[in-house]
Amino acid sequence: MTETRPLSARFRGQVGAFDLDVAFKAPGQGVTALFGPSGCGKTTILRCVAGLRRLTDGYFALNGEVWQDNRVFRPTHRRPIGYVFQEASLFPHLSVRANLLYGHRRLTGRSGWGRGGPEAVRPDGVRFDDVVGLLGLDALLERAPSHLSGGERQRVAIGRALLSQPALLLMDEPLAALDRFSKDDILPYLERLHGALSVPVLYVSHDIAEVERLADHLVLIERGRVTAAGPLEDLQANPTLSIARMPEAGSTLPAIVDSFDAAYGLVTLALAGGRLLVPGDPETPGARRRVRIAASDVSLARSLPVDSTILNALPARILAAEPQGGIQMMVALALGTDGGGCHLLARVTRKSWDYLGLGPGQAVFAQVKGVALVRESSPL
Amino acid sequence: MLVQSIGLTLQLATLTTLILLVVGTPIAWWLARSTAWWKEAVATVVALPLVLPPTVLGFYLLLLLGPQGPGGWLAELWGGHSLAFTFQGLVIGSVLYSMPFVVQPIRNAFEAIGDRPLEVAATLRAGPFDRFFTVALPLARRGFLTGAVLGFAHTVGEFGVVLMIGGSIPGQTRVLSVAIYDYVETGDWGTAHLLAGGMLAFSFVVILTMMMLEKRIGRAGS
Repeated sequence: MTETRPLSARFRGQVGAFDLDVAFKAPGQGVTALFGPSGCGKTTILRCVAGLRRLTDGYFALNGEVWQDNRVFRPTHRRPIGYVFQEASLFPHLSVRANLLYGHRRLTGRSGWGRGGPEAVRPDGVRFDDVVGLLGLDALLERAPSHLSGGERQRVAIGRALLSQPALLLMDEPLAALDRFSKDDILPYLERLHGALSVPVLYVSHDIAEVERLADHLVLIERGRVTAAGPLEDLQANPTLSIARMPEAGSTLPAIVDSFDAAYGLVTLALAGGRLLVPGDPETPGARRRVRIAASDVSLARSLPVDSTILNALPARILAAEPQGGIQMMVALALGTDGGGCHLLARVTRKSWDYLGLGPGQAVFAQVKGVALVRESSPL
Repeated sequence: MLVQSIGLTLQLATLTTLILLVVGTPIAWWLARSTAWWKEAVATVVALPLVLPPTVLGFYLLLLLGPQGPGGWLAELWGGHSLAFTFQGLVIGSVLYSMPFVVQPIRNAFEAIGDRPLEVAATLRAGPFDRFFTVALPLARRGFLTGAVLGFAHTVGEFGVVLMIGGSIPGQTRVLSVAIYDYVETGDWGTAHLLAGGMLAFSFVVILTMMMLEKRIGRAGS
């Protein structure tokens, strides 16, 4: 985090029962997840960014424009944001179409109260038809919000936020209020959005699976403090962080499709420092994918295992290790014989660790039992 | 004479309701949104006519509107010397007397909206006035309907205040409720019957219509 980042935030103040004291920067593109347990202050941070909540000791700037500091406080309606709340919060008195156009109209000056102005829609801005197509809203346009399912409502809310031509999209656990089915319904749309969107997104979540599918960068928050921030892959590979202690800890790695073995239905993926064989559908060579490997699906061997059913055994070097609860070790690895590739987490027993005499710097083979293709990797 | 009373009553009630919608809405909005500790004191003042005997309100209004009060000074502006026993005085009295019936439903409706829809509108570039007119007003329309109907009906039905500050001047202050009283006093029971029955039917129709309209708006809004 040494380079200057387009998004810079700092908020300090008493918020209910605890005091918030956070500072973080984020890149000008891609999804930055604010991740932490419920009640850690994530939503408050997002509300501060939106100007819905005012902490006197705060600073926020996007692309050099200061929205808040000691002297300036831009009210919410003068900030070029899109905000997606946990509940869709559609206007019940307006149709889906009118909901979608509520913010849009205020930019183009087609409302009695709005002003077209310096913020008027740019020719390269988000277009109505594109949003309707991207989010699959065509059949819903003339309906009333009360006649939509939970997932549909949230899609409309996302479209409504996008159409206000935000320079920054804020999403406050947009999936948390949905049931399993609605979540599965909406996640693909969010992933498509991720690829199509050119503005940065701050995405609040307490669900690591969601973060792994959607986020590029991560800001870890605990009890009102930032505990770590950086690219998702880097933070995931750090065994000392709280996310490495979660049972579902794992690594998310960018990969490129290399070839497809039709006889066995296996895709070969190239990633920095190795290759993986993954069951999957035929893929175009060169396509970018993101794979997730759970730490508990990775075991270590000192020599290349022969006579094993495990397809993937990659040379790697041990970077660091952290004992977990006395029984297990969380091990951070760098792929490649020289340890110059992507980072990977492995959860092994302390007994094996001691028995094999493992330690930082050592060359090992990482045996990967399960790999999940998460989604198209973002073109960053 | 009878027609005059009916016309005067409708005129008074309509004017009072319109004034109350204009004056009561900002009061209701402030009561619903403000965090000032003393707002409930204001709310109490607004609600006082609910429990005060109308004669008490009428008595104070008589002092205020009479030649020695501010109402007298006001009347001098157009050459009068008192607002008591005038139509204008009656309107002022009715506005105060019916205020809680208009403000309370509108306040409740504003409170029921909550912060969220207004926050959403703000994130969509809507300024404070924009938010009020495009989100708060439409979402509170049930409260406005209830307030308007109650305010109108309550003004039609007021008696004590009118008697205290208006008297019974035909064409000026002699509204229906006072007229009925006069007819009974002078033994004209036939006309009193007619008026009383008419008021009964009117009240029934008003409240029934309001309930049905509310139901319909409620269905469309949710």
